[in-house]
Amino acid sequence: MVNFLKYTWLYLLVSAIVIGGGIFSIIKWGYNFSIDFTGGTNLEYQFSRLVDRANVKKVFVGSKIETMEIRQTGRVFSIRTKAISDAQETELIKKLETELKTRVTKLRSETVGPTLGKETMIKTLVASILAIVGILLYMSFAFKGFNFALAAVLAMFHDFLVVIGSYSLLSHFFGAQIDTLFVTAVLTTMSFSVHDTIVIFDKIREYHKNEGRGEIINYANRALTETMVRSLNNSMTIIFMLLALTLMGGSMIRFFVATLLIGTITGTYSSPFIATPILVFLERKVKK
Amino acid sequence: MLLISVIWIDLPENLPVRLPIGKSKIEFKINPLTIDTQIMGVTIKKEFKTRLGLDLQGGSHLVFETDSSKIKSADLTDALNSARDIIEKRVNFFGVAEPVVQTIKSANNYRIAVDLPGINNVNDAIALIGQTAQLTFNEEGTAEAKIATQTPVFLRLTKETGLTGRDIKKATVQFDSQTGKPEVGLSFTAEGAKLFGEITKRNIGKPVGIFIDGMPISTPTVQQAILDGNAVITGTFSVDDAKKLAIAINSGALPLPIKLIEQRNIGPTLGQTEIKKSVLAGLIGLTMVLVFMIAYYGQLGVIASMALIIYGLISFAIFRLIPVVLTLSGIAGFILSIGMAVDSNILIFERIKEEMRKGKDFDIAIRLGFGRAIDAIKDANITTLIVAFILFNPLNWEFLPQFGMVRGFALTLAIGVATSLFTGVVITRRLIKMFYKK
Repeated sequence: MVNFLKYTWLYLLVSAIVIGGGIFSIIKWGYNFSIDFTGGTNLEYQFSRLVDRANVKKVFVGSKIETMEIRQTGRVFSIRTKAISDAQETELIKKLETELKTRVTKLRSETVGPTLGKETMIKTLVASILAIVGILLYMSFAFKGFNFALAAVLAMFHDFLVVIGSYSLLSHFFGAQIDTLFVTAVLTTMSFSVHDTIVIFDKIREYHKNEGRGEIINYANRALTETMVRSLNNSMTIIFMLLALTLMGGSMIRFFVATLLIGTITGTYSSPFIATPILVFLERKVKK
Repeated sequence: MLLISVIWIDLPENLPVRLPIGKSKIEFKINPLTIDTQIMGVTIKKEFKTRLGLDLQGGSHLVFETDSSKIKSADLTDALNSARDIIEKRVNFFGVAEPVVQTIKSANNYRIAVDLPGINNVNDAIALIGQTAQLTFNEEGTAEAKIATQTPVFLRLTKETGLTGRDIKKATVQFDSQTGKPEVGLSFTAEGAKLFGEITKRNIGKPVGIFIDGMPISTPTVQQAILDGNAVITGTFSVDDAKKLAIAINSGALPLPIKLIEQRNIGPTLGQTEIKKSVLAGLIGLTMVLVFMIAYYGQLGVIASMALIIYGLISFAIFRLIPVVLTLSGIAGFILSIGMAVDSNILIFERIKEEMRKGKDFDIAIRLGFGRAIDAIKDANITTLIVAFILFNPLNWEFLPQFGMVRGFALTLAIGVATSLFTGVVITRRLIKMFYKK
């Protein structure tokens, strides 16, 4: 048996650094919100020949379309603007084609009205809170103890902070945007986090059942020792999958998969190193 | 016991048989029904086609907000439903395969979402869908007729005659026999014909206006009473315009005005490259997982890999059976569920190893290992199912997400997890028993 819990302070320190960095980034740089939340238009055009970014910008200015961002990957341009109408877009494409002497293939265009954004946010929040309540209820029932549920949910909250914090960094350095896919990724992380924690708690529950109420810290250490290989192996397989998708998958889901990757890592980490110490702490408090 | 185990073993063996048939239907158009009915009964009378979402196939997603301010709340549901039906009729004109038109309620706003897979001329579609197409016939009000002969003719036509688009049986595109210009011919219902006859009779020598959504389309001066129930809308429109007008009139007027608030167009090429890349990446990821499992767990790993492949086939069959519309986020949900399916196997194997370390027989270790692992698997998967359930929002509650991406994700995740509960435990166990008896 390895005394994992001896180094609880170290685990908390690592988490504090990661979360602290994330929160620093959130405060300092904030996020890029996608048009899902702010409203606006996203255009993705492919040009038949390589054109200069500045010239593209010029056409937009000439058409009196306010652009927030123009990104170029070879012949493909991703442009974000204030919400424009179809007529405006048709005219814009015509202008781009004549002024830049190129053919434009429309890969994607999205326009979202500004009212939808807020709604999406609120609905997602409500869904998450409901999901948390659901998990609390189910775990309290399955583990016959509120402490298990609380520890799992707190660890989940930890993962939530890690993911939204690191996404702010991704957002700042790589231009990732907060969109509905990101929201999906966060929710996935949260469910994975609990999934992972339950496996360890299941062990502790088993010792309780077989050997009666012993010292929780011993049970916890034993559980960690016995599940460590499984935790690592399991996360490894998911990480293989996600790594392949991040590096090679399509550009539309790249940040989504990257977020899932971060979520998986923190979800795996938090189960033994955050959830379990919290459980031990809670159980000990009850005894006193 | 024996019977059950035969069924259990049968299922995984039959599934791969069924799937290639399902697949070959797409490629060779062979009808799979005869074999399917033999295996699973009548319920399988479905086409096994993979349905791709807009983001993979290309197409347009449009959301319209309705303006319900002029409608009594009691009539609102009817109005919305008929608006949806009318939009569906109009969309069908574009020859779109499997359009999806649905109403969404959100707080006090009623919306209509329209999915048009594989469409190119979105702007035309939007214009046609968005047209209220409220057709009215107006005549001169008594007051205006006296005052102003100077004002443009359509401004004087303020009195509604009571004749509307509802009295029209059919609108067709035809061409003027003299000028060759396109025009829209109207034939009235019996009642409409009578009404139109009366209107023309009392307005001989005066203009009668045809208005669509309050805009004058044509304001001919009546030459004589028209009693045969036919009328013609002339104007300066192109053949296309005339066609659209005819469709709009034929599909009926929208009972309430709508406004476009969201629009997403995805070109077909983008979706294809995304699929190709993601499938390749997924395969590589999967191979790595299988190699890892076999390298680490040896024989057990081989079994787990087999179970995993069977799992993939079953899930895929279910996706086709329901059918689930596969989107990018849906595929992500599926991949996550694969991860969780692998987890079930790892949990079981670790438990078996643990029991063996305690010096138990292999047979007993397997039985105990499965029994022990099942608790953790059950609890872990049920919590995931709870989350997926809330995200999927099956009752369509308006305070939960109603957007497609999140729901697509939740649905494949839920199916995946539910399937993995089955394959991870039942099939792995069967396979182990099968292999170790030999």
